[in-house]
Amino acid sequence: MAFIRFSDRPAFRNPWVEFERIRQGLDELSRSYAEKGKAQIRANVYPPLNIYEETDKMVVTAEIPGIKAEDLEISIEGETLTIQGKRSSRQDDFTISYHRREIESGSFSRAVSLPVKVDVEKISAKLLDGILTVTLMKAAEATPRQIKVNAD
Amino acid sequence: MSEKQLQVQEKQSARTQGETTKNETYYAPQVDIYETEKEVIVVADMPGVQPEGVDLSLEDNILTIQGRRKEVAHSGRMVLEEYEPGHYLRRFTVAETIDQEGIEASLADGVLRVRLPKAAPAQPKKIAVKIG
Repeated sequence: MAFIRFSDRPAFRNPWVEFERIRQGLDELSRSYAEKGKAQIRANVYPPLNIYEETDKMVVTAEIPGIKAEDLEISIEGETLTIQGKRSSRQDDFTISYHRREIESGSFSRAVSLPVKVDVEKISAKLLDGILTVTLMKAAEATPRQIKVNAD
Repeated sequence: MSEKQLQVQEKQSARTQGETTKNETYYAPQVDIYETEKEVIVVADMPGVQPEGVDLSLEDNILTIQGRRKEVAHSGRMVLEEYEPGHYLRRFTVAETIDQEGIEASLADGVLRVRLPKAAPAQPKKIAVKIG
């Protein structure tokens, strides 16, 4: 005969406990989203981007130090914006000796899909002090239109 | 493709001596430091910093690189945030004796390049021993 010690007996299980736990978890999740209001995601493809949405345009910014405008290629296909480029390697002179090498060189390619349709004809990009700013005007059908209410 | 792909490097907060009164973010810029026969060169990535925002000093062999960027206000709703802009700060102890007057700095494409010329080494002086 098997003995079951008192402490080993399963405690009385409230069948609703699990639901309560899930509800609390969901509450917490929605709260953390509401507080932030935006999604901070760690980028895993270079370069990290920030995207802002205005009423009539989308603005994409990236920090890309050491990359020249001529080494940068930006293209759009549908709603996918592609930023490609390369950071050219520094001089490989044998007479210099490195103390620290933290700056990497190489190429990159990043594609990002935009949440709205953009007008492919009206895209401008500028590179200033290592910051790339791409401004994309929204397509006419994606811009909000004011509707005037007429009172009779 | 034989070329190396660039990887995202996590921005590291700069270590400041004491806290700052303003609630601003300082990052430690990525740097390359190399030495030639005549000079020590420090290259630092500081995107968004303009020449007037750079503050360099060399005091008691401690080189301080500070880059302050202008606040750029973006209107509209942020839909994606993968990086946070901030100022830059980093300090180094320079082992070599540097000619303070000859320090030069240039800024291009968000990359700061500081040239620290080494001071001319003291001429070895021969001391003649007189036999008296």
